Amino acid sequence: MSEVVSATGLRKGYPGRQAVDGIDFTIQSGECFGILGPNGAGKSTTLRMVIGLTALDGGRLEVFGQPMYPEQTTTSQRMGVVPQEDNLDPDLTVGENLLVYGRYFGLSDQAVQEKLVKLLAFAQLEDRRDAMVRELSGGMMRRLVIARSLVGSPELIVLDEPTTGLDPQARHLIWQRLRMLREEGVTLLLTTHYMEEAAQLCDRLMILNRGQILDQGTPAELISRHVEPEVVEIRGNGPLPEAGAYAHLPGRIEKIGDTLFSYSTDAHTVLDHFRNRHDLTCLMRPANLEDVFLKLTGRELND
Amino acid sequence: MDMSALPTKRFFQVWRRHLLVWKKSAATSLMGTLGEPFLYLMGMGYGLGRFVGEIEGVSYLVYLTAGILAANSMNTATFEALYGGFTRMTRQNTFHAMLATPVRVADVVAGEVVWGGTKSLISGTAIFLVGNLLGSIPSSTAFLVLPVVFLSGLVFTAMGLVVMAIAPNYDFFLYYFTLVTTPMFLFCGVFYPVDSLPQTAQLVVNMLPLAHVVSLIRPLTVGVPLEDPVFHVVALLVYAALAFFLATRLLKKRLIV
Repeated sequence: MSEVVSATGLRKGYPGRQAVDGIDFTIQSGECFGILGPNGAGKSTTLRMVIGLTALDGGRLEVFGQPMYPEQTTTSQRMGVVPQEDNLDPDLTVGENLLVYGRYFGLSDQAVQEKLVKLLAFAQLEDRRDAMVRELSGGMMRRLVIARSLVGSPELIVLDEPTTGLDPQARHLIWQRLRMLREEGVTLLLTTHYMEEAAQLCDRLMILNRGQILDQGTPAELISRHVEPEVVEIRGNGPLPEAGAYAHLPGRIEKIGDTLFSYSTDAHTVLDHFRNRHDLTCLMRPANLEDVFLKLTGRELND
Repeated sequence: MDMSALPTKRFFQVWRRHLLVWKKSAATSLMGTLGEPFLYLMGMGYGLGRFVGEIEGVSYLVYLTAGILAANSMNTATFEALYGGFTRMTRQNTFHAMLATPVRVADVVAGEVVWGGTKSLISGTAIFLVGNLLGSIPSSTAFLVLPVVFLSGLVFTAMGLVVMAIAPNYDFFLYYFTLVTTPMFLFCGVFYPVDSLPQTAQLVVNMLPLAHVVSLIRPLTVGVPLEDPVFHVVALLVYAALAFFLATRLLKKRLIV
């Protein structure tokens, strides 16, 4: 496997804030790599450097083995970009959007027309070819943006929060499409703040906060490294005692808002303790990425 | 020299995108660009012309038609660069979409500039036809104004892009209209000869791009020999090149952050 993206000591600062503060990561060919982090963590800045829309202040960044910098066109030629904001051409139809974009990659009109059927099928927009973009739903627009990113047959697709703002059905359809791409061997780099999205799609993840990497690895590695495997959530009708009152229980217990979270390897003992408390609702579940994320990035609001 | 300051052949695809969009609303767009110059020709050419009589040996309508051809190429290009360009850059994020492909900032700017020239050429051609119908373009070699109108469109689009690149919002354009294009419209020989201005004012006015455009267009439509055509063309090319490089530089600063 070869490295598609390799970053060492990557830095980018703006007046008054260090958006990306010395991060190292590599993305292997064919994997789906996710960047997780709260708002303002530096996710989008990192992506913008990878796609050449932001110049680095320091460090090294190689894409396809070549140094990446703004206006590096040989690299852009092999990359597809799905931006956070929908920047489809509102004055053009679905088909024309793909045609015009293909021309930017140097494709002939005939070459784009040959791809069009496949791309429209991928986006499930076969019968919308002549529809104006403004007539599409949010989910359709996202699918079209993803199809548009494929027009140049990219080896790497970079997606900035691909499903933000979509309803669950639309989101699942997009996940399915992205998994199809991964099966075809396309390398994916995406940012998200949906833990479920990261768990569904990503082979490896890095968690960013305030421009620095808190940890990186596979979802399973991150979970086993940072949180106990079993979680019990306890909610009540009335006020709950502070976490300290449960110090005798196994594992650790935290109170967040109106809920107690118990993290342990022995959830049954915890559940037994609350057996007779019919005023409480107890929910047992396996630890997930959200627990890791909250533990690493803190529970307070980041705004 | 920094090669990324120069456009590649991809600018042509940017231009084609603008043409494709324009074709969808060509009729309305032509109506808009033709309406105003036509009203000027009617209202001032016939109305005011009755009192003015002749200027430089031709009827005021003939004199004014040349001025309106020049002014329209400036206004069409300026509006396209400011309102069209700014909308594409901010509201529609079209520039960002382009820059995520192998298209570069210099290609985007060149595509815009050539497109602005094309729009000036389209509306200039329409005025040219109307002028011929009205009999206010007597010269048989007047079709040579069309490349001049195109060149003028390149100059004023590039200048407009410089302003658009630093504009925080649409209201900002009013400064440019009030300080740059409206003064040129009123003082660069569109309505009356620059000679009628005070000597010092003439020195300044004759350096302005619209004065060069008027100096090329009027002899061609009236049918008198051109004076210093090479000088005027070179001056316009210099304006276009300087504005192009400045606009590219400013847009890079704005888009690649």
